[in-house]
Amino acid sequence: MIRYTIGRLTSLCLSLLVASMVIFAVVEVVPGDPAAYMLGVNARPDTVAALRTELGLDVSKPERYLAWTTGMLSGDFGQSYTYRTPVSQMILDRVWVSVPLALFALTLTILIAFPAGIYAASRRGRAGDMTVMGATQFGVAVPNFWFAMILVLIFAIKLRWFSAGGFPGWENGLFTGLKALLLPAIALALPQAAILARVMRSSLLDMLNEDFIRTARAKGLNRRQALWRHAVRNALIPVLTIIGLQFSFLLAGGIVIEQVFFLPGLGRLIFQAISSRDLIVVESVVMLLVFLVIVVNFAVDLAYALVDPRLRTRS
Amino acid sequence: MTLPRSLILGTFLSVLFLGAALLSFVWTPYDIQTLSIPSRLQTPSLTHWLGTDQLGRDILSMIMMGARTSIAVALLAVGIGMGLGVPLGLLAAARRGSLLDELIMRGNDLIFAFPSLVIAILITAVFGASAMNAIVAIGIFNIPVFARLTRGAALSLWSRDFILAARVSGKSATRISVEHILPNIANLMIVQGTIQFSLGILAEAALSYIGLGAQPPTASWGRMLADAQTLASIAPHVALMPGLAIVFMVLGLNLMGDGLRDLLDPRLQVART
Repeated sequence: MIRYTIGRLTSLCLSLLVASMVIFAVVEVVPGDPAAYMLGVNARPDTVAALRTELGLDVSKPERYLAWTTGMLSGDFGQSYTYRTPVSQMILDRVWVSVPLALFALTLTILIAFPAGIYAASRRGRAGDMTVMGATQFGVAVPNFWFAMILVLIFAIKLRWFSAGGFPGWENGLFTGLKALLLPAIALALPQAAILARVMRSSLLDMLNEDFIRTARAKGLNRRQALWRHAVRNALIPVLTIIGLQFSFLLAGGIVIEQVFFLPGLGRLIFQAISSRDLIVVESVVMLLVFLVIVVNFAVDLAYALVDPRLRTRS
Repeated sequence: MTLPRSLILGTFLSVLFLGAALLSFVWTPYDIQTLSIPSRLQTPSLTHWLGTDQLGRDILSMIMMGARTSIAVALLAVGIGMGLGVPLGLLAAARRGSLLDELIMRGNDLIFAFPSLVIAILITAVFGASAMNAIVAIGIFNIPVFARLTRGAALSLWSRDFILAARVSGKSATRISVEHILPNIANLMIVQGTIQFSLGILAEAALSYIGLGAQPPTASWGRMLADAQTLASIAPHVALMPGLAIVFMVLGLNLMGDGLRDLLDPRLQVART
């Protein structure tokens, strides 16, 4: 297991390194000088030069890349070109909305998908299975931002149970914060839950055809007992991989949902940064998102190896 | 042989939207460039089947024009994914275990770490928002999907007897990949292509909704929804209709993909008969 972990960890570090190079290279393609852009067309050359020095833009690109990456390692993402505040602080203020939203949505996804998938598999071919599968077909086809608009229309505007947008902050209490994130999380979770329920069902059906289930049935367990005691646990292995992938979709999907609900998360930060050409913020937020995706996939790989010992030996 | 019901329903829905998109090149019920403020926000009626928007434009006509954008973006993105992903997957399988195989697969892993939305944000930050950039962003995300699938399917074929026979006859790895592997994995690619096409429709709508995709005056379902957001409480149909168009288009493509898989997978055919 230690060798496997070291191998995966090396791969993780390499992926992060290459990802940081790609992000930096892509953003650096942008023509124009951020300092000149910030000061406007009438700025004096010496003022522009002074600002370039202040922002660290007067050194070569490799030096800037090194400064950016080494800074990130110590939590310093540089200074926003527009707001002149540390990017790390801006991210920190927003990450407390985006990450809890993704985690909340992931929890809802699992809470909806597992029972639905298990129920459908246990009633294969019957009305219950057909109903769940039909519902998941629709769930997969629904754009989450449109579903979010429908939720706002029903629960915020018509019924007035929730606010139509905004986030009051965690300092007003956990319940208030979770209530503000509930509709966005449901909107994010529904399509992912539909996908996961289908994966759960097909994984369970595969397991139900395995010899060990036949053995369990031969030992006297009924279908339901065999399903719960043996099949569900084994079916979780492929499901785990999908959950890891879904976290990245939820994190990225949150960018869109934040727009619907006017949530002050990473999504809104990145859009503000794009519109004001605050490229250091753009590259830092993108790097953070990619970092989270890679780390979650790494964690899934480890969890996978813990559940399935064959993987460790294969590596 | 009976056709799967999902294939029939899915094909019907897909052809309906494709037909509407093609028809919009020569005819739409109303001109969407013409604004008619007096008839704004009308509910569905015999004059305007799906109602009108905040500028008095006919929603059915806009959905027909929007279908064109959605289908074009998703189709081209699938083209990029298939055009680059399939050859890469074939190459990786032909050179299994080599440095090239490792490079291709690790490159795929790297792209997977960038969700299509994040790629779109990067591209937009650099080159600005446009339908073309949406195509590139979704297309880049499609590449590893097709590369992985192709490699996996091709690897299982490389150990088969008919490939061994081709190798014995002196054919090169490239010729074997093109003449023997590719035709045998074509079905799989068609099914995956349908799935990626439907994901492309959703991605295009999301990108246009947040302003990173098609720009006005190009009609787009995502932009229609973005414009409708503040009007949903007074005229729900303005938000409902483009959303339903996306749902039924994606549903149609997914059902078609499921049906094609059932039809083209020989194991499932045996199971049915």
